Amino acid sequence: MLIIECPYCGPREQCEFTNGGEAHVSRPSNPEEVTDKEWSEYVFFRSNPKGIYFERWVHSHGCRKWFNAVRDTSTDKILRSYEIKNDKPSPADLEDSNLTTPSGEPDVGSGNFTVKKL
Amino acid sequence: MSSHKNWEKMWRSPEPKASYDAIIIGGGGHGLGTAYYLAKEHGLTNIAVIEKGWLGGGNTGRNTTIIRSNYLWDESANLYEHSLKLWEGLTHDLNYNVMFSQRGVMNLAHTEHDIKEIKRRVSANTLNGIDSKWISKEEIQKLVPIMNTDNLRYPVLGASFQPRAGTARHDTVAWGYAMRADEMGVDIIQNCEAYKILTENGKVIGLETSKGIIKSKKIGVVASGHTSVLAESAGIRLPLQSKPLQALVSEPIKPVIDTVVMSNAVHAYVSQSDKGELVIGAGTDGYNSFTQRGGFDVVEDTIRAMVELYPVFGKMKMLRQWGGIVDISPDASPIISKCDIQGLYFNCGWGTGGFKATPGSANVFAHTVAKDEPHSINAAFSLDRFVSGKLVDEHGAAAVAH
Repeated sequence: MLIIECPYCGPREQCEFTNGGEAHVSRPSNPEEVTDKEWSEYVFFRSNPKGIYFERWVHSHGCRKWFNAVRDTSTDKILRSYEIKNDKPSPADLEDSNLTTPSGEPDVGSGNFTVKKL
Repeated sequence: MSSHKNWEKMWRSPEPKASYDAIIIGGGGHGLGTAYYLAKEHGLTNIAVIEKGWLGGGNTGRNTTIIRSNYLWDESANLYEHSLKLWEGLTHDLNYNVMFSQRGVMNLAHTEHDIKEIKRRVSANTLNGIDSKWISKEEIQKLVPIMNTDNLRYPVLGASFQPRAGTARHDTVAWGYAMRADEMGVDIIQNCEAYKILTENGKVIGLETSKGIIKSKKIGVVASGHTSVLAESAGIRLPLQSKPLQALVSEPIKPVIDTVVMSNAVHAYVSQSDKGELVIGAGTDGYNSFTQRGGFDVVEDTIRAMVELYPVFGKMKMLRQWGGIVDISPDASPIISKCDIQGLYFNCGWGTGGFKATPGSANVFAHTVAKDEPHSINAAFSLDRFVSGKLVDEHGAAAVAH
């Protein structure tokens, strides 16, 4: 099980938390002018990267506060967690994902043994 | 007889040619099936299937092999029933035993709401000519005597039952399609990872792979959890989220359960394999991930429900547990569609229930790729539905809560 660092309570087991999907997605501020296609983007489309992913968590069985985290989805390594009010960390400040190809497998952390590692 | 020494190769392992009429990315059941139907029904034999691992090593080899067609909406019923009909003739069609076993599938109701939802679905199925029926608790007890129906937190109140549903042997589906496609001249290229879909002026021109650039004007992406990674290489965003879905098998025991029992409410589903192992499906993790493992709390949840429903399994040992990465769409229905780039086709979004659809999905996707337009069965499953709002909401019929 993942250990997640709640910015308010410290490290806790993942089953205390609920995931809230992609972070830093904002609702269009001009709803009258937004086209169906743009609404569709906001309602249904979210990033789904293999690698660095910005996401929301809520500490449901703890302080019940929402916060953001950065996780490498190819290894599940959590690189950072931060309060909602903080800015999105810049990629330069984050450790690089160790994926060598877009859909390949990382050196550690993947359960996928069917693929030859490069 | 040569004591298992001189087995012939089941398919060739060619090096990729410089160009093909079409490339299918993903050597699982859906991808290999697509190649098979492209060759058989549409005469396209100068095609290749690219697979980064080995055939059927992804979700085709990681699912719980349940096959059924008891979906709510007409669009889904048509698609999954098309598939079930192909399953019924698949062993003969491929001349290879896929061990399709129509042992029936039961979906349990544990609450008043479940009863209403399941009865509604049974009625919808009946109108669509699907052999789904409502069965009482007493009938369930006859079919599955080991089930604890009363002495549990969410008692069993009834179920839907589809007798024509069942299971198949997952590996043979991939191998059967691969052999027959190979015989018709399809190049199956394993250990070849797709890096980037190459486009020019809004048209597909080829694919960059770990074995070099392969030219083609048509590319079909059937890469389940990794579909969005490949789509992004061509600048396409898809409404998919990739999550680990786990399953586990027990030590083998004598036959105790001769049907498939699924329960959405307490989240446990089980069947018994021909080897005697219980094949148990767990849920998805609550967060996006591409690690094919999944969290232990999810397994614990499922085992808890299993032991409550079947106290007789309480002291059994589990042999193996694994995870596959499933691509979940917002309406729990697949996307079998063209996109803004000419010559680029997607067959994805099967989420937690793609195995049952393998032949049907492959069949209509082959039509879509060959004719550059959807088959009437998959027209409703286009990407446009997320703009028009005409969703095919199957959260109730999808076994794993999304």
